Amino acid sequence: MSLALRPSFPDYESVSKHNNFNPYSDNGGSVVAIAGDDFVVVGADTRLSAGFSIYTREQSKLFPLSANTVLGCSGCWCDTLTLTRILKSRMQMYQQEHNKTMSTTACAQMLSIILYYKRFFPYYISNMLVGLDDEGKGCVYSYDPVGHCERRTFRASGSAGALLQPLLDNQIGKKNMLNAKEEPVSKEAALSILKDVFISAAERDIYTGDSILINIITKDGTTEETFQLRRD
Amino acid sequence: MMNPPAFWQNGPAPGNFYSFPNMQPQMKPEESRQHSQGPVTTSTSILALAYDKGVIVAGDLLASYGSLARYTNCPRIFKVNNNIILGASGDYADFQYVKEFVEQKIITEECLDDGLFLKPKSLYCWLTRILYQRRSKMDPLWNNFVVAGIQDGQPFLGTVDKLGTAYTDKVICTGYGSYIATPLLRDAADKKPQLTLDEARAHIEKSLEVLYYRDARSFPKYQLGIIDVDQGVSIEGPLEISQNWNVAYSIKGY
Amino acid sequence: MFRNQYDSDVTVWSPQGRLHQVEYAMEAVNLGSATVGLKSDSHAVLIALKRASSELSAYQKKIINIDDHIGITISGLTADARILSRFMRSECLNYKYSHDSYLPLNRLISILGNKMQVCTQRYDRRPYGVGLLVAGFDDRGSHIYQTCPSANYYDCRAMSIGARSQSARTYLEKHLDKLAGCNLEELIKHGLRALRDTLPAEVELSTKNVSIGYVGKEQEFKILDEEETAPFLRLIEGEERRGAPPERSLGPLREDQGEEDRDPQAAVGLEAADHTMDTD
Repeated sequence: MSLALRPSFPDYESVSKHNNFNPYSDNGGSVVAIAGDDFVVVGADTRLSAGFSIYTREQSKLFPLSANTVLGCSGCWCDTLTLTRILKSRMQMYQQEHNKTMSTTACAQMLSIILYYKRFFPYYISNMLVGLDDEGKGCVYSYDPVGHCERRTFRASGSAGALLQPLLDNQIGKKNMLNAKEEPVSKEAALSILKDVFISAAERDIYTGDSILINIITKDGTTEETFQLRRD
Repeated sequence: MMNPPAFWQNGPAPGNFYSFPNMQPQMKPEESRQHSQGPVTTSTSILALAYDKGVIVAGDLLASYGSLARYTNCPRIFKVNNNIILGASGDYADFQYVKEFVEQKIITEECLDDGLFLKPKSLYCWLTRILYQRRSKMDPLWNNFVVAGIQDGQPFLGTVDKLGTAYTDKVICTGYGSYIATPLLRDAADKKPQLTLDEARAHIEKSLEVLYYRDARSFPKYQLGIIDVDQGVSIEGPLEISQNWNVAYSIKGY
Repeated sequence: MFRNQYDSDVTVWSPQGRLHQVEYAMEAVNLGSATVGLKSDSHAVLIALKRASSELSAYQKKIINIDDHIGITISGLTADARILSRFMRSECLNYKYSHDSYLPLNRLISILGNKMQVCTQRYDRRPYGVGLLVAGFDDRGSHIYQTCPSANYYDCRAMSIGARSQSARTYLEKHLDKLAGCNLEELIKHGLRALRDTLPAEVELSTKNVSIGYVGKEQEFKILDEEETAPFLRLIEGEERRGAPPERSLGPLREDQGEEDRDPQAAVGLEAADHTMDTD
């Protein structure tokens, strides 16, 4: 009997279930981080949405992992919740096993490995890990969903990432400007650029808005700041 | 070819079901087999609003088969313990399944008799994990859960959907209510951040009425769950949505 | 120590209704150095005497962090303690992962007790040769629990285990009524005095051989380093040390206790020096 002609007994089928349920959702959100010589600032909008619904206007997307490391997440929120819970457990395990807090660089490597571990059922998240490195310099690590990792000094990611990155390239990287002097950005300048780019993002991207939560990390620790955006 | 002949005309073949709403038509077994999953017996929106000293949760009593109003007395708001109320919309069977093991968890805890009781944040987080695990197996529990409670003297209101997406807010509505009732309730909560119980109740009742006019899968009988810092948990119902269809005559153009 | 024919296996009963292997395991606790746990309404404190197994080695760690709200101190086989602490850590982590809150102490201890009990009822296992004092703070306040190789566990107001710990228990029993109202500093002082009572006359407490850990309301479990320990040692410095402790305790710290003298025999104390397994 050829395969195509075999009888059909639906009750006795034993092939694995395949259905078109979509396990991912795009919950929007943008994260921007700018690093300087002795600080790093990271901001994320607080809007959590799906399609044309705003779930909540006050959802923090920044997750402190240690005194000088913060993770910013945007994308699939259920994956974000899971990933950050795992990371917090891993941070505690490291602390207990080694009797010291994990450094930002080590966190960055660990995150890459955790993401790649789910290579064929990825966490659908744009991650941005920021903190101070072993020399006390600000650092920004950005990731793709499957664990590619690169260190930058400034980065925009999430729903308005493509909108904001060129703006940061110009304003902080001094790209495409005549006679522009490349000088390290100050904390105050970084903070005001960060707010400005989010205002612009909220104008054009419906998944970014409501307000931003900013974390400023220096050798003295992390301070928090909020800034209102348009809520429509 | 070797398919057995149908027992009767116009019915499903033996071993098959009538096609229920949201079920994709089954492909022939010769091709790749596709099993689509979706909610079958569905319930509609849950509305929830946190006020100054507690949380109020409302949901109607209907469970539908697609457009058929099939069961008209299906409570879906229940008391978990003295700290928590759980409400659910979506597939009613999945809700009953979850309700059963949440209740089992509470019984197990009561048997310990150590004076500790599950807190809303813990249940909220635990449901997040369960629903996320099921979505990761591609076998989701097709529900939106609303967890309302009191933790450390403060109102708590959170929700988890079938993917494990979870958030807390002062206003949470699921299903059709997220489009129709959320704006009404958010507006009320923004205008007066510390609502009283009576005000919150009035807003919820108004939203239920509006929702009943517009949501074709809604029903005028509903339950109201209130958890209050002072008065504890109460589940009221069945209550009746007040309705006035006089305005219907003025609507033209459909 | 005497031997008898009913101690070949943990599963063998003696005609008197005793499990000798389990009782032997209980003795392992007394081989470790003394450690003290005590609590007030707001804090729970662990204080341990550290030993170095040789001149060349460092002092063995006695206090282990389990979670933000729990710490333990050990007496007996350190290797077994490591396994138990790893188990307790993972239980706390798992609970925190799924419930977003700390595992209540009594639940952790009952899980641990069940795990340890299995080893006292199967011929292919041996009991854990370590006693623990568990300090923690949860919704029901501060706690000190004691666990034994026999898989018994006790909710205590204060307790001491390990070599020569009877003297510490005597001190704690005498001051039991005062403990509840103590602040952290007073509690640590009581703990240090209790521990000092276990020492032979020629030995003194020092930052090298004392380890202090505490936890409390809005205070995560913290193990003090040498620098942080010094000020507390200075607080009890110069105080008159008490003479030989009385043989009988004045009142039980635990309800089941009282008849048997739990102090190690001299023979056991000497044996400790050549013991093949590391105990602390």
